[in-house]
Amino acid sequence: MSLFLIVAVPFLGALLPGLMNQAGRSACAGVTFMVTLIAFIGLLTNAPAVFAGEIVQVGIDWMPILGLNFNLMLDALGFFFAMLILGIGLLIITYGRFYLAREDNMGEFFTYLLLFQGAMVGIVLSDNILLLLIFWELTSLSSFLLIGYWKHLPEGRQGARMALTVTGMGGLAMIGGMLILGQIVGSYDLSVILENRELIQDSPLYTPALILILLGCFTKSAQFPFHFWLPHAMAAPTPVSAYLHSATMVKAGIFLMARMWPVLSGTPEWFFIVTAAGLTTMVLAAIIAVFKHDLKGLLAFSTVSHLGLITMLLGTGTTFGAMAAMFHIMNHAAFKAALFMSAGIVDHEAHTRDIRRLGGLRHLMPITFVIATIAALSMAGIPFLNGFLSKEMMLEEATHTYLFGPSWLVPALATFGSIFSAAYSFRLIGHTFLGPKRDDYPGHPHDPGPGMWLPPAILIVPVILIGVAPFLVQDFVFLIAEAVIGDVGKLEVKYIKIWHGLVPALYMSIIAVVGGLIVMAVFKPLLKAWEGSPIPFAKTYFDLFISGLVRLARIIIRPTHDGSFTRYAAIMLGFVAIAGYYAWATGTVGAPTRDLQTAGPVEIAGWLMLVAATGGLVFLHRNRLLALILIGIVGLMVSVGFVFFSAPDLAMTQITVEVVTIILLLLALNFLPKSTPVESQPLRRLRDGAVGVAGGLAAFAMAYHFLLRDAVTTPISDFHLANSYKGGGGTNVVNVILVDFRGFDTFGEIIVLGIAALLIYALTEALLDGPVRARLLNRNPDTPIAGDVHPMMMVILTRVIMPVVIMVGFYIFWRGHNEPGGGFIAGLIVSIGIVMQYMASGFSWAAARQRYPYHGVIGAGVLIAGLTGIGSWFFGKPFLTSDFTYVRIPPFEKFELATAAFFDLGVFLAVVGAVLLSLESFSRLARRAHVKDPEHPMDIDPSRDDAPQSAVAKGGV
Amino acid sequence: MEFLVASAIGILTAAGIYLTLRLRTFPVILGISLLTYAVNVFLFASGRLLVGGPPILRDGVEVYTDPLPQALVLTAIVISFGMTAVVVMIGLGAFLGANDDHVDDSDAEAPLVDEEEDMA
Repeated sequence: MSLFLIVAVPFLGALLPGLMNQAGRSACAGVTFMVTLIAFIGLLTNAPAVFAGEIVQVGIDWMPILGLNFNLMLDALGFFFAMLILGIGLLIITYGRFYLAREDNMGEFFTYLLLFQGAMVGIVLSDNILLLLIFWELTSLSSFLLIGYWKHLPEGRQGARMALTVTGMGGLAMIGGMLILGQIVGSYDLSVILENRELIQDSPLYTPALILILLGCFTKSAQFPFHFWLPHAMAAPTPVSAYLHSATMVKAGIFLMARMWPVLSGTPEWFFIVTAAGLTTMVLAAIIAVFKHDLKGLLAFSTVSHLGLITMLLGTGTTFGAMAAMFHIMNHAAFKAALFMSAGIVDHEAHTRDIRRLGGLRHLMPITFVIATIAALSMAGIPFLNGFLSKEMMLEEATHTYLFGPSWLVPALATFGSIFSAAYSFRLIGHTFLGPKRDDYPGHPHDPGPGMWLPPAILIVPVILIGVAPFLVQDFVFLIAEAVIGDVGKLEVKYIKIWHGLVPALYMSIIAVVGGLIVMAVFKPLLKAWEGSPIPFAKTYFDLFISGLVRLARIIIRPTHDGSFTRYAAIMLGFVAIAGYYAWATGTVGAPTRDLQTAGPVEIAGWLMLVAATGGLVFLHRNRLLALILIGIVGLMVSVGFVFFSAPDLAMTQITVEVVTIILLLLALNFLPKSTPVESQPLRRLRDGAVGVAGGLAAFAMAYHFLLRDAVTTPISDFHLANSYKGGGGTNVVNVILVDFRGFDTFGEIIVLGIAALLIYALTEALLDGPVRARLLNRNPDTPIAGDVHPMMMVILTRVIMPVVIMVGFYIFWRGHNEPGGGFIAGLIVSIGIVMQYMASGFSWAAARQRYPYHGVIGAGVLIAGLTGIGSWFFGKPFLTSDFTYVRIPPFEKFELATAAFFDLGVFLAVVGAVLLSLESFSRLARRAHVKDPEHPMDIDPSRDDAPQSAVAKGGV
Repeated sequence: MEFLVASAIGILTAAGIYLTLRLRTFPVILGISLLTYAVNVFLFASGRLLVGGPPILRDGVEVYTDPLPQALVLTAIVISFGMTAVVVMIGLGAFLGANDDHVDDSDAEAPLVDEEEDMA
């Protein structure tokens, strides 16, 4: 399967769980499982090529000008990680199906999981570092959603926020590092970067790039001092912890270090930073883990410790270290995922994860006991289990690593860490499963169904198999290690064996296990000493840091964002004035090139009306109904101006928009006070007036200035005039520009219009759901309602007019391509026709006869316009290329048929839907409780017998 | 003629700015509408003024007005309806929710973030 598909399948599949949510939990999990399985099989189809040592590559140019190409590659390293992500993903999905409770929204969960999975697969298959960064950020975002999945838990929300803050900041640092790296090499393609080791390491920018990239890796992989987010992320549901925090997300940082290993490693900077961070993390986290009482907290710190171990191995810069790191990733993923799932089972059945409240569970949960014990022993490094092999390789590597002088330092610290690593593994077994059975478990622990214990049990198979017969995976590990190392060095082939003879590593292993047992023996006094010691919690510092940031933000925001709209407006006007002054002061002013046209008396009269209406608006705006009339005059004069200055389309649009705007404002005035009180001081009015006059003068000066001059450069308008008929098949150039030349713009605009309408609908719904509803229902109108709300004359008239209006709309629509008209105007006209029905016959009467929901009309419009655009793809043309032909159906005249007409139909529908949805939402607010919806359109209807009764009822819309 | 159009733009802008700086939602909405007219006419006028030359292709006609600003303004007019409707809805929602149609939030001490959700 193409690599594109492997990455795309989880993203596309993420739509399915939400859709299947209604079909039941098994269907929902099943479809998620199938999606992952398809991607997994797709990955396996590439296995022969990978095992043959090939690198599978595909790519398309996305934004070549930025160096951002959608290039993917699959080598052994990527294959290995993708296999972990998808393979363990399959087990987690099965486990999650049974873990989640009935009240959890499973569709949401699996959608997030698939998004995360796709992003992870994207990271490990990216062959372009910019692309990799995109997927990197996607994992941060999707893991935020997953960690905070239980939105009702404050710990979940805080943990998710902390994880996003830490990994997000690291991601930002990494963007900087990657950009530097790309600048050094001159390409953002990973395969090119990996071939330029000398160039990168000799560059003076190597150190900053390294530090920035490592910040990204360390935050993601929870290395000291950024380790603290991982334990807090344990508030997530256990499947998430098992998936993100054992096998996938925290390994992303490790993956990147391995991916960049050939170009970044081997320098002293790399060695000191990475090895030291890894070693510190490993030892510290192991010690903390021993004293954690929360089962998942213990596992979280043990994960941090193991990640430190892997980081340290990568830091040494030797080929053996790289191989040991890869081998340990494989082993750790298996036993840690199994352990997390076992911890989840205990939590699920015993209703607690507190180790102090557990113990003796081996009698009650034998299957879980066996699984957890084998996995924990592997973690402790007991022979014949896989953890032993890679841990011994780590100890072996430690004996050859010299950090800060003394040769015994690294081996001693590694052994010290291993002692505690063994200790927490033993504590996990001993304090949870061994010991006497207790009577005070919060739940009734028993083994769960196979759906929950099979996934960890499957993971135990490789734990034992690799432990007993390491030669089975040996070649694969070599292959991965060679992919990591690249051309830098030759892999020193050291066979993975259980028995190496009496080497130092063996003694260190023995010390670790014995030491772990001793720690367990003296656990109680140790715990007392630990709890008594003043250990600083990283979370405290993090909280201080965040609250400091919040305070800083407040200091900056308070003076400008104090909730005063007039202040915002004043600040904006000030900036516009400064920008305008700058442009005026720095530009040059040429002499006028155009002559003034003389104005006749009619034009002056129109201007006077406009000025009078505008002036009246300023002085009389307190009477709100009068203000509406005045603004109507302004709109009318503007449309007349458009007609006069050769813009018939604009005039038609303006006048129809004017009608619907006035209706809308009237509906709003129904609720708002009918007048505006005098509040501001005269001085303030004077100040605002001065600001207004200054702004008006500036606008006048600018408009007058360029009206008297020709354009500085040749406008592109002549192109449109010349090609409108030849290329677009229409003589109305404005319409051809809208539906053809600039069709993409128009497409965007109808979407904006649709979104605005949906927003109004959503706001209405929110209002009607909240406390406003009661107030609306019990509202007493401040003006008396007419006795005859729906007069017969108006009802009859609007109904007779309706077909005429539709006819006019149809006519305006069809002639739009060649004469003034088109989808926008036709849509507005038809909307007005329908709104008239609402106004005349009442909301409920009209709504009952309205068969198509307006949401659907908007959607259909956008869809038709979009499909018209897509249609041109089938002819190998770019999006929205139009075509036209002439058709003659006898006995009609020959007429022209353009694909642009379909696009215009989409515009028409979107406009109708948007206008009507907005107005309908407003009128829904007007329905009241004590007024029954009238059954008849007319309150007084001579053809009805029951006239007196309904005539008494007052109200309606 | 140019003077008339330019002064109309100026007057609409001045009135629009003044009304936008009022304290209640309704005059602010009116002010924004006036500013919208001013901006639309201004954009339209950037094609320069021409009487009697509509952008409809005809045989024998030599002078056409600039069609491009017209197309841009046409969609701007429709979008401005959408914008006005949203602003009116927001203003209406605020009034119905708090029985107050002031645009200025007088309570300057209102917390910027939800304190209860703070990390602390």
